[in-house]
Amino acid sequence: MLQVQNLTVAYGDTPVLQDVAVTFNDGSITGIIGPNGAGKSTMIKGMLGLIKTQSGQVQLNGHDLKQFQKQIAYVEQRKALDLSFPISVFDVVMTGTYGKLGLFRQPGKAARQASLDALEQVNLSEFADRQIGQLSGGQLQRVFVARAIVQAAELIILDEPFVGIDLQSETAIMAILKQWRDQGKTIIVVHHDLNKVSHYFDDLVILNHGIVAAGPVDQVYTPENIARTFSADLSQVLFSQVGGANHD
Amino acid sequence: MTSIGKFIYALGQYDFLQSALITAIMVGVMSGIIGSFIILRGMSMMGDAISHAVLPGVAVAYMLGINVLIGASLFGILAAGLIGFVVSHSKIKTDTSIGIVFSAFYALGFILISLAESSTNLHHILFGNILAVSDTDIMTTTVVLGLVILFVVFFYKELLITSFDATYAQTYGLKVQVLHYALMLVLTLVTVSALQTVGIILVVAMLITPAATAFLWTDKLSMMLILSATIGAIASVVGLYFSYTLNWASGPAIVLVAAIFFGISFILSPKQALLPSLWKRPKAKQQVPA
Repeated sequence: MLQVQNLTVAYGDTPVLQDVAVTFNDGSITGIIGPNGAGKSTMIKGMLGLIKTQSGQVQLNGHDLKQFQKQIAYVEQRKALDLSFPISVFDVVMTGTYGKLGLFRQPGKAARQASLDALEQVNLSEFADRQIGQLSGGQLQRVFVARAIVQAAELIILDEPFVGIDLQSETAIMAILKQWRDQGKTIIVVHHDLNKVSHYFDDLVILNHGIVAAGPVDQVYTPENIARTFSADLSQVLFSQVGGANHD
Repeated sequence: MTSIGKFIYALGQYDFLQSALITAIMVGVMSGIIGSFIILRGMSMMGDAISHAVLPGVAVAYMLGINVLIGASLFGILAAGLIGFVVSHSKIKTDTSIGIVFSAFYALGFILISLAESSTNLHHILFGNILAVSDTDIMTTTVVLGLVILFVVFFYKELLITSFDATYAQTYGLKVQVLHYALMLVLTLVTVSALQTVGIILVVAMLITPAATAFLWTDKLSMMLILSATIGAIASVVGLYFSYTLNWASGPAIVLVAAIFFGISFILSPKQALLPSLWKRPKAKQQVPA
């Protein structure tokens, strides 16, 4: 269980997140949705200590998250990387072993095998030797999921993993996330697309500079919450079909 | 006798030329290796800045009679720290901060050097004087080369991941900042060694040009390091030959040879370069299948 308390982040004088408190469950895929600029990525980065926070405690099973850094797999938004870097798909996946190896130890046979297996799981075995810039967006995202597999982390956080990728990759990634969930891991997904919310997630957090609502998806993903956070129009479009929140 | 024959004959005859050759090779190798990381981290400007910022350290070392490496390292790290400090404590962008700090250090170094030594020495520091390498210089350069190789071998995976995906390294707890400053320290040591061969002004060329040339030929980091070191060494030797034969300043000679290697690679290399892209038939924008 990942517990966030009292998280406040400001960029200069502009507060982005105010006093956020939220809990993420083990064995659950939690979606985070919210309008553009609501502070979704900021919340993740604040939780992980990647940016300065004004206040906040983050605890994994009652202990400071900082003690569990090697148990965190973070799949960042893709745009941040240099895709011309001289590194192959296989070697990117291998970097997943670096955290637990620590200094002065090189990845060995077991690490190589784990990386090959992970590539197999995301159906990218044949691309192992490609330079990463030669992959499509969806394939690239699967490479980073493969790296998270190799990391064998307990807490997996993905920031907008499905933006601009093909359906095949999206389905493959979703299948892995569900495997992780069934193994009891904690999975957090920042998500932009309100369709599929109720299919993909067990729990949902609606964020808009603070927590609007959080809990099981069927209690949180309601016309009222969506209308309140996004717009009444959007809520109407999403919930207009019979069957309400199960619209796909 | 051809001029190459003469050069080889002279190598057998003169100690100073042997010293020059050994130093040239070592400096080519170390700057090729460190330069690869500098360009992959998008820090070419930083490389330029640090190489200029060591000048006051060189001057102070002359004045106090201490090892140049110590003075230069102090000022190199001070400059790197100051650049980082200005960026993190204001809204000034990194390239601006670099511009301010390195020009100030350079100016200070200029004045200190002119106070401390004759202008001949200043000329050598600025443009290199490989034909006047002393035994102590060779010793120091050997130590630095050893340090560079140990640094890259021991921290290879950390250098790789922080260059490629620093945020990821940070999430698993790697001290990314410590590694950054360690790299800056190694960079200043390389800079001081390269002072002898190419001089302060052109150090950046030895860091960037062989590395960029290697980058055009390979998609593997380890191969890029080996290629870059090799190109740096060959450019240094060929440059030394021109310097000796035609009586050119060693720095510009070496740097021009390196630039020619880059030019050839730019035209011929299979990766994102000129000729292959002209050969390819113009296609509609390539769609990568899922």
